[in-house]
Amino acid sequence: MTKFEFDADRLIEASLPLLGVQLAETSHAAVKLHLETAERLWRSVRDVPLDDVAEPAPVFTA
Amino acid sequence: MSLATQLSSALEIRAAVASGEASAREIVEATLERIEALNPKLGAFTDITAERALAKAAAIDASRARGETLGPLAGAPFAVKNLFDVVGLTTRAGSLINRDRAPASADATLAARLEAAGAILVGALNMGEYAYDFTGENAHDGPSRNPHDLRRMTGGSSGGSAAAVAGGLAPLALGSDTNGSIRVPASLCGIFGLKPTYGRLSRAGTFPFVASFDHLGPLARSVADLAASYDAMQGPDARDPAQTARPIEPASPGLEGGLAGLRIARLGGFFARGGEAAAFAAVDRVAGALGATHAIELPDTEAARAAAYLITMVEGAALHADRLRDRADEFDAEVRDRLIAGAMLPGAWVVRAQKLRGWYRERVAEAFRDVDILLAPATPCRAPLIGQKTFVLDGREMLIRPNLGLFTQPISFIGLPVCTVPVWTEGVELPIGVQVIGPPWHEDRVLRVARALEREGVVRAPIGELA
Repeated sequence: MTKFEFDADRLIEASLPLLGVQLAETSHAAVKLHLETAERLWRSVRDVPLDDVAEPAPVFTA
Repeated sequence: MSLATQLSSALEIRAAVASGEASAREIVEATLERIEALNPKLGAFTDITAERALAKAAAIDASRARGETLGPLAGAPFAVKNLFDVVGLTTRAGSLINRDRAPASADATLAARLEAAGAILVGALNMGEYAYDFTGENAHDGPSRNPHDLRRMTGGSSGGSAAAVAGGLAPLALGSDTNGSIRVPASLCGIFGLKPTYGRLSRAGTFPFVASFDHLGPLARSVADLAASYDAMQGPDARDPAQTARPIEPASPGLEGGLAGLRIARLGGFFARGGEAAAFAAVDRVAGALGATHAIELPDTEAARAAAYLITMVEGAALHADRLRDRADEFDAEVRDRLIAGAMLPGAWVVRAQKLRGWYRERVAEAFRDVDILLAPATPCRAPLIGQKTFVLDGREMLIRPNLGLFTQPISFIGLPVCTVPVWTEGVELPIGVQVIGPPWHEDRVLRVARALEREGVVRAPIGELA
């Protein structure tokens, strides 16, 4: 199986035109850090087994 | 000591106004004087509604003179985080960008309900930009400052709300809490804060952040004030689609009910690591006073917190997408860069995070079959210094801004009601909070426990001794 490495720089480069956002040079490192944090956190979400029928609706009743 | 601080609580003020010991006008004048004197130090208020407050006070005094029954909060000053609409003020939500907007033409529902109960709005309060903040710092208005040590953070994003209450500028303030923005500043400033169940109180007339998690609630120096204001704010409001259809369930009548029949446990696992010793010592103290001898562990809380974090990034980015494209330079850079990163995350991540929300809610509901109240730290540490960017938790250096809410985030993720209670240690000048957590729709229970702790002197919320 191919192992994919998360590459925040490539994600930033690909996303900015789609979003229409200008990113200042001084912000690149901060955005990259936030993306790497998000990817690390995503792995813990991904690793919890969930049924296909688990409800994803964001309208939520406590 | 001025009248404004002699009458420390909203309910004491109400009693004094009702008995004629003080007029509402005297209360408001004393409050406005104290705000004028101390706000430059605290950075709590961004707007002061003096004319409106004096007019409201005059109306209350006239009502009393006519022999009419006064509202349950008559004469009590309060203020609102500046993401609440206030007639005639621009709802800035801590931002520069929103100052271009027209002034609000109606008050937010909760502000209107407090005024209908006789409380008197005295102004709007500083906050972290667009509520994406746990520090209480604001790039445009300056930081709110901790009344117990002006060099230190209030916590955020309801930083001005906590500074106003802990500084004795108002007995009562409203804040918002998406991931901990009431509970974190309540912890760092040593006051009580109530985050009700998701959907309990109307959010109409407030600027949103993350619709999936946004809650509103009160901060105060007494539990009875929290309960009285919470009771006054309940009720249906068709303008908030997430609001419950449940009837009003007042908490004040049972507030002195004590601990009888309650099964109380502390949370272990995720909630017992990753913080400084002071955070866990505070839980020990509260648990000891409540006779909570055992701990329970909720499954996959780290993943739950991660899911809340991701949903926040993505929903926050979606809310601000146009502003990020057109006015990026006008954001606080620390907020903007997090939002831009959120805009880049895959949609599938947030859908799975929402699925996890329902799953985690079910697991926690199972835990509540065996217990009535859970205890957890509110923050991993006491108030950091203003300007401090990182702290070390469990040997790992972390950014403060996203991580002060480490212990609050999993709880708001599933909308549970929480009262933060302030714990003080002899010889230490700064407080730290503990979360008293209940099952959905049991605000009455968390407030009852908080009141029992307050009555026994285990927790307290003194006004900060400002330099």
